[in-house]
Amino acid sequence: MTATDTTPAHLVDAEPFVPIQTRSERPTSYDPADFGTPTGREVNWKLSDVKRLAPLFVDEETEAGIELGIDALAERGLLVESTGHDAAPRGEVFVPEDVVSAIAWKRCEDALHIRLPEGQVQDEPAIVRLTGTGADRHANGHIVVEAMPGSVGTVVLHHSGSAQYAQNLEIIVRDGARLTLISVQDWQDDTVHAAAHQAVVGEGAYLKHMVVSFGGGVVRVNPSMRLAGHRAEGEMFGLSFADSGQHIESQVFMFHEGVETRGDVLYKGALQGTGARSVWIGDVLIGNAATGTDSYEKNQNLVLTDGARADSIPNLEIQTGDIAGAGHASATGRFDDEQLFYLQSRGIEEEEARRLVVIGFLMEIVQKIGVPEIEARLADAIEEELRRGAGLAPASKAGA
Amino acid sequence: MSVLDIKDLQVSIETDQGKKEILRGVDLTINSDEIHAIMGPNGSGKSTLAYTIAGHPRYIVDDGSITLDGEDVLAMSVDERARAGLFLAMQYPVEIPGVTVSNFLRTAKTAVSGEAPRVREWIGSVRGAMEKLRMDSSFGERNVNEGFSGGEKKRHEILQMELLRPVFAVLDETDSGLDVDALRVVSEGVNRIKSETGLGVLLITHYTRILRYIEPDRVHVFVNGRVAEQGGPELAHRLEEEGYDRYLKAGV
Repeated sequence: MTATDTTPAHLVDAEPFVPIQTRSERPTSYDPADFGTPTGREVNWKLSDVKRLAPLFVDEETEAGIELGIDALAERGLLVESTGHDAAPRGEVFVPEDVVSAIAWKRCEDALHIRLPEGQVQDEPAIVRLTGTGADRHANGHIVVEAMPGSVGTVVLHHSGSAQYAQNLEIIVRDGARLTLISVQDWQDDTVHAAAHQAVVGEGAYLKHMVVSFGGGVVRVNPSMRLAGHRAEGEMFGLSFADSGQHIESQVFMFHEGVETRGDVLYKGALQGTGARSVWIGDVLIGNAATGTDSYEKNQNLVLTDGARADSIPNLEIQTGDIAGAGHASATGRFDDEQLFYLQSRGIEEEEARRLVVIGFLMEIVQKIGVPEIEARLADAIEEELRRGAGLAPASKAGA
Repeated sequence: MSVLDIKDLQVSIETDQGKKEILRGVDLTINSDEIHAIMGPNGSGKSTLAYTIAGHPRYIVDDGSITLDGEDVLAMSVDERARAGLFLAMQYPVEIPGVTVSNFLRTAKTAVSGEAPRVREWIGSVRGAMEKLRMDSSFGERNVNEGFSGGEKKRHEILQMELLRPVFAVLDETDSGLDVDALRVVSEGVNRIKSETGLGVLLITHYTRILRYIEPDRVHVFVNGRVAEQGGPELAHRLEEEGYDRYLKAGV
């Protein structure tokens, strides 16, 4: 069910009606026992691959299943020692919203704390390489990325290898900072990965958040962003390519809390092969103090072959009548026959025409990254995905 | 010299109400370096002829033939037709998000000529063609047809025709939605390409306006899926004064 309440609050006499499944009302706790084990009937698990994610529901001592490549960051002075659960700013922003996240909180003693120093511009992206060391090894991680006031920079988390990995990512964008954060999931196909990203954006600050998921068996990355400060700006972009047997999920939450904030959410996914699955649930909440909000969210999926399934659920909840604009859209479709006809009528063979259309569809996200070497690498990754699916039968033509 | 030969062409489409006949036996022969205008009221089958020549899957050929220098065009896929030298300038070109004009043009040229064009010569010829069509040089970096004005879309179609060098081009209502200046630029382009390459043109139009800029050798009047009358340029002048009423009354 899609909960969309677009009634301006000032037209409602009593408390604004808030449906129970509202994202902002979701229970939170640092204790895994408070959540219980997901059955697949819960609102935040019902479209998830609970069976394959089950190893991450186990609250156990975990070994170091992830190797961290952070030497370059250390040399640049971007790492801060962080020991114990109480080491600030850990927990300043982050509160677990599901059992996997609560276990990761509990079982990760020392967080990785990346800090962009105040007032400094980082010309080079700071790249953290996280490499899984085995599909049978359960790992839990907590990472804090803190952009100090006035700092500018790009942080990339690049995931590869095999793992059962639960991850919490706490993103703090202090006043006037401008941060680009990109999480790339390029796992082996035996990997199970669930991540919770929680970000807060301060006054006049800007966060560009991007989730790129190509590889992995089950990849569930749920980002939320709170535009807390006056004139905070946030963009949440997603790019995914699900192949046969892959389940790629993102539950995205954009919360306009401050006055005159601007938010833009755009997730695009391509799917090919039997059993390829993507799930996107996008919630936007415009709080009762968030006057002057400008907000938009959109999800588009391109289904390339029969046997793939995309779920797309956009929700928009507005608690103040005084906003600049809010909208949402979702579209899942097969190839546009007219686009193919146009390209073919210029001599381009069908397979090449399909390739152009898919790459064009996904490049809209890639072009937003703004870091040329990462854009080039992602363009190559998309080409590689398409080569892998080249032998698959195209989706049946609708209406032909 | 090449010949595009259409014989007894009968075409229908599938609709919710069942099969609908649109072309009911069209005969037409066009030689290189000739311009044939196809005129007629809305719904007479002009655009169906254009899309059938290009091979759009929506149009079902029930009978008849289309040959290009004796080769069976109807047996070719859409892209094979383009590589054989046929080109359709569309009335409503579609947007292709994320694909830039320069990437698209280079890919199409490579496909049609069977090899990648030499970079330096190619850049020069694209720039030259764009200047002649009075298109801004930033055009190449935009995505295909995305956010183009009506005039920009039509210039982009003619630009492709200039660069891909077809043997025969079908212009489907290229004049619609163009102001006088854009119409002149586009018409000059068609005339220039024809004089340089001996292009044969099938010019589909509802109005006679474009025929002031592009002089047809032959005019064919389409009514109800058939050629109702044909003649020289003087037929267009007559239509300008009388309209299509005469044919429509006779057709009732």
